[in-house]
Amino acid sequence: MLTQALFRALDKKAVWVIGIFLAVAVLVPMANLLIPPGQFGHVPTYLVSLLGKYLSYAILALALDLVWGYCGILSLGHSAFFALGGYAMGMYLMRQIGTRGVYGNPTLPDFMVFLNWKELPWYWYGFDNFWFAMAMVVLVPGLLAFIFGFFAFRSRVTGVYLSIITQAMTFALLLAFFRNDMGFGGNNGLTDFKDILGAPVQAQSTRVILFAATAIALALSVLICSMIVNSKLGKVMVAVRDAESRTRFIGYRVEYVKLFAFTVSAIMAGIAGALYVPQVGIINPGEFEPGNSIEVVIWTAVGGRGTLVGPIIGAIVVNLGKSWFTSALPEFWLFALGALFIFVTLFLPKGIVGLWKQLFGASRKKAEEPAAPTPAQSADIERGEDPSTFDNVQPRPAE
Amino acid sequence: MSKAQDTMLYLNGVSVAFDGFKAINNLSIIVRPTEMLAIIGPNGAGKTTMMDIITGKTRPDDGDVMFDGRTDLTKLDEAAIANLGIGRKFQKPTVFESHTIWDNLEMALKKPRGIFAALFYTPSEEDVARITEILETVRLLHRKDEYAANLSHGQKQWLEIGMLLAQDPKLLLVDEPVAGMTDSETEETAKLLREIAKTRSVVVVEHDMSFVRELGSRVVCLAEGAVLAEGSLDQVSANPVVIERYLGR
Amino acid sequence: MLTQLLRLALLTLSLLLPTQIARAQDAVDIPAQIAAMGEASLKELTQIVVELSSTGDNSVVPVLTALADGNLYLDETSGRVIIQTGSAITDPLTGEAVDLGAEADLSRIRVNNGLRRDISAALSGMTLMSDNPSTRLSAAQGFLAKPDAANLPLLDEAIAAETDANVRSAMQAARAVTILTSEDASIEDKNAAVPQVVAGAGRNAITILTGALSNAPDEVKPTIEAAIAGLEQGRAVWGALQNVWFGVSLGSVLLLAAIGLAITFGVMGVINMAHGEMVMLGAYTTFLVQLVIRQNFPGLLDYSLLIALPVAFLVTGAIGVGIERGIIRWLYGRPLETLLATWGLSLILQQTVRSIFGPTNQMVIAPTWMSGSTEFFGLAITYNRFWIVIFALIVFFALLLVLNRTPLGLQMRAVTQNRRMASAMGIRTPFVDAMTFGLGSGIAGLAGVALTQIDNISPNLGQNYIIDSFMVVVFGGVGNLWGTFVGALTLGVANKFLEPYAGAVLGKILILVLIILFIQRRPRGLFALKGRAIEQ
Repeated sequence: MLTQALFRALDKKAVWVIGIFLAVAVLVPMANLLIPPGQFGHVPTYLVSLLGKYLSYAILALALDLVWGYCGILSLGHSAFFALGGYAMGMYLMRQIGTRGVYGNPTLPDFMVFLNWKELPWYWYGFDNFWFAMAMVVLVPGLLAFIFGFFAFRSRVTGVYLSIITQAMTFALLLAFFRNDMGFGGNNGLTDFKDILGAPVQAQSTRVILFAATAIALALSVLICSMIVNSKLGKVMVAVRDAESRTRFIGYRVEYVKLFAFTVSAIMAGIAGALYVPQVGIINPGEFEPGNSIEVVIWTAVGGRGTLVGPIIGAIVVNLGKSWFTSALPEFWLFALGALFIFVTLFLPKGIVGLWKQLFGASRKKAEEPAAPTPAQSADIERGEDPSTFDNVQPRPAE
Repeated sequence: MSKAQDTMLYLNGVSVAFDGFKAINNLSIIVRPTEMLAIIGPNGAGKTTMMDIITGKTRPDDGDVMFDGRTDLTKLDEAAIANLGIGRKFQKPTVFESHTIWDNLEMALKKPRGIFAALFYTPSEEDVARITEILETVRLLHRKDEYAANLSHGQKQWLEIGMLLAQDPKLLLVDEPVAGMTDSETEETAKLLREIAKTRSVVVVEHDMSFVRELGSRVVCLAEGAVLAEGSLDQVSANPVVIERYLGR
Repeated sequence: MLTQLLRLALLTLSLLLPTQIARAQDAVDIPAQIAAMGEASLKELTQIVVELSSTGDNSVVPVLTALADGNLYLDETSGRVIIQTGSAITDPLTGEAVDLGAEADLSRIRVNNGLRRDISAALSGMTLMSDNPSTRLSAAQGFLAKPDAANLPLLDEAIAAETDANVRSAMQAARAVTILTSEDASIEDKNAAVPQVVAGAGRNAITILTGALSNAPDEVKPTIEAAIAGLEQGRAVWGALQNVWFGVSLGSVLLLAAIGLAITFGVMGVINMAHGEMVMLGAYTTFLVQLVIRQNFPGLLDYSLLIALPVAFLVTGAIGVGIERGIIRWLYGRPLETLLATWGLSLILQQTVRSIFGPTNQMVIAPTWMSGSTEFFGLAITYNRFWIVIFALIVFFALLLVLNRTPLGLQMRAVTQNRRMASAMGIRTPFVDAMTFGLGSGIAGLAGVALTQIDNISPNLGQNYIIDSFMVVVFGGVGNLWGTFVGALTLGVANKFLEPYAGAVLGKILILVLIILFIQRRPRGLFALKGRAIEQ
């Protein structure tokens, strides 16, 4: 059963993508460690970490694509899942500091000593264990998404309403994590990490390994997403995206389909966050910013939603642009980003991948691909089955 | 309860109002197993709302809706009702346009609907044979790998009927199946529905009188959310009230 | 110890019969007494204070005050006693400036804490008879804070002579407190005193009564307890009213920010993430208008806000029309894409304003009629908040009027309900779309003008309101202006009621969580439109 599903997952495109990132996981570390600095082909360590950061963003974008591109749920809460995963990792890293903090307290992180706390809060227990922390990286975002999604999808909160309440959730978490009494370092967040699994976080070898781990995680994410979208469940997800209530009428529980996609996606986002934190060396409440969630959406849109390669390309391209702009023309980055939002939605609804297909792929198609239904069209489909035609004309109350 | 026995669909005294407007008013209809029932009636008679009530999209304010003599449909949602064995074809054909014709049928095929069942589903030989058979029935086998978006209006109607067949329901609700079809296609559709009605119950809503005649079934005429007349097509169309309110002189 | 007792006894005596003494001893030579203070020992000073206060003459108040404050000096050269405050040297009796010449050698007349207490007690007695009502009032409050049975006759006399109702009530309260705390007053007197404390002691009544409770005889305790309970209830009611006012005030701000959104989102179904930036632009327009007025027509400065209103409405309205024609009209029916495009637009607008005006906060000066505050039955109401509430109501009802009573409103509703039919009937739907969006944006600009009075004008101004505004609209029910109205006020009041218990941030978090839960129960909001036509 699983083998068949895996086999289906490994279609030609997915094999390529997975292969590329597995190769990257090996080649970039080699280029860093084996080629001496200054020689052609050497990848400096800071660049390895930067690329690692991009790849963790790519996992996040892929996670969003699974719910938005395939299932039609525009979540504005993915930065929250990302940050929660990051905080779980950050808590592990904080516990590893031990007596090397400024105050030298063996159990309490510095900020707690500073706040005059005497004991570790209960929710910090266990985070000194790596595997416990890793379990939390998966469980915390997963559970939050499951509970949130269970209620939201059951009561059929859809479309922009869902977007708005996911944004409200993110905003509430942002406010909560800014509070010092929450016990997550308040405004400053968690930083000054020392060790991960006994290896110094700053060391070249650790950074290279973290990069490789991120690339492998990305390859695995592509594999899992490919498995899902190529299964019948994936087809049902697309059906839910295009004609939600029609899917209900052939007997699928739309709320469970959405819940599955949302939870899996949140877990992926959490893992991305956990990989991100040791590579950038800090996690703070700023990661919860609602703006961050929307930025993830634009990565996905730029690359091409509803494809597995698109969000990865989008995340990397947009963040490369961001890095370039913020160093060369810092004033103009927000202009560029804002313009990108508008340009992509108006002129490039299918993203870079869609453009590529349009330019180079059309002739080789076995059958003509339909104009992918934009939400407008799917809304029409939905409206079609909602027979607000002349049969059953009913008055709508005036203002 | 006893009245509902030996019926496939049993509506008794059903009413529903939207903001004071009575879309369905004390409606009572019975459909027996393997019976075909044609429903006619003017616009606004409540035909589609009746289907919404049966399939769980709209909750009635009042009345009983029983399926197969024992299941109370008013307590269930759309997916549960679909899984009980009630299939619905919509007035405007709605197929999944970004899926191929084959995939449309594969999704509709009667199989466990759970998340993990769907995730790990691999079509068995039987399933492939069944889908192929349905494709032949609805004459779309040669286009099975095309996207449903590329089908003509009539073909979409047929695909939707094919999806209904794949669901293997006990009761089919078919809303205006021949809108936009040529005469020969209409004839074929009538033949197909008669064939289906040999083993299942079918409720057809249609305006096309010649099509209803071809179905040769019992006819119910609805108006203003209630039954106006009932009987064979000849009886109903001879009814003076029906003539006045619906058919016109 | 003994001297202290003696001093107290003397003082008490003087306070017991101040007026009699004053009348009897008109002969006390005030200037001589003051002159004697220069060389007096502490003990002699005490005596002099008693003498001076016994005159009941208001002219000795400055010298006693100066002595207590350490401002009374002896000029060793001339032997004169003078008051020095800062660099000003004045005569202690006449208050006229004194020039002591270059040889002056000032030494401070020393006091200790015991003497200071005596002086303040003496002064209370003195000032109780002062000509100035506010001085009398503060004297009465002094007695209220430090009740002493010895002062009773003094108070009685003052009450009898008092003409000002407020002051008399305070004096009666002081008297009542004195009776309550004194050991030899009768039970009846004490019981009778309780309501007087309640009536006259204001905010301190609860503290005073609670203090008196522990020492009160058992017969009086129930009276006091009942009075405390009554007061606490009253305080809770006033507290609640104050919270309601704060809530209404916050709610009106939310209403202003959300009402434009209710038009664009509720009526048109457009998710305008740049709505907050329209508010921000309205605020910057106000800033510019005031700048121009200050430089060119300073006389109109007080009206700059009123002038800014139409300007801001037109500016943001025009920008809104531009946005609708340029971006949004291509995205109708694709709400999620609209969300993204307008978010991008909001980034551009913010950055534009930041490039022009800089990232720092700008100031808009409040007109005189909007600054200050008033007390309304014990509620502190600031004028700026008050005017914003009024303004929000005006905008809301004006908008209702526009939607329900004007041709444009009719066309807007027609287009919302059935675009194709409206178009078939000859309504220029693109024009109506642009106008509707312009109207929503213009109202956001008006909100911006109002917000200059209570918030910093910065490029991020809009960001602070956008999520709240969406919450209001979603909570109230989309497509229903009254829903927005009720939603804004409910959220405002709920927020202010949660704040005392949970703190500002946690209160806000709670509100967000409650809204999320509420949406689960009623996905279409408080005032959802019913029926099938609304679905999808």
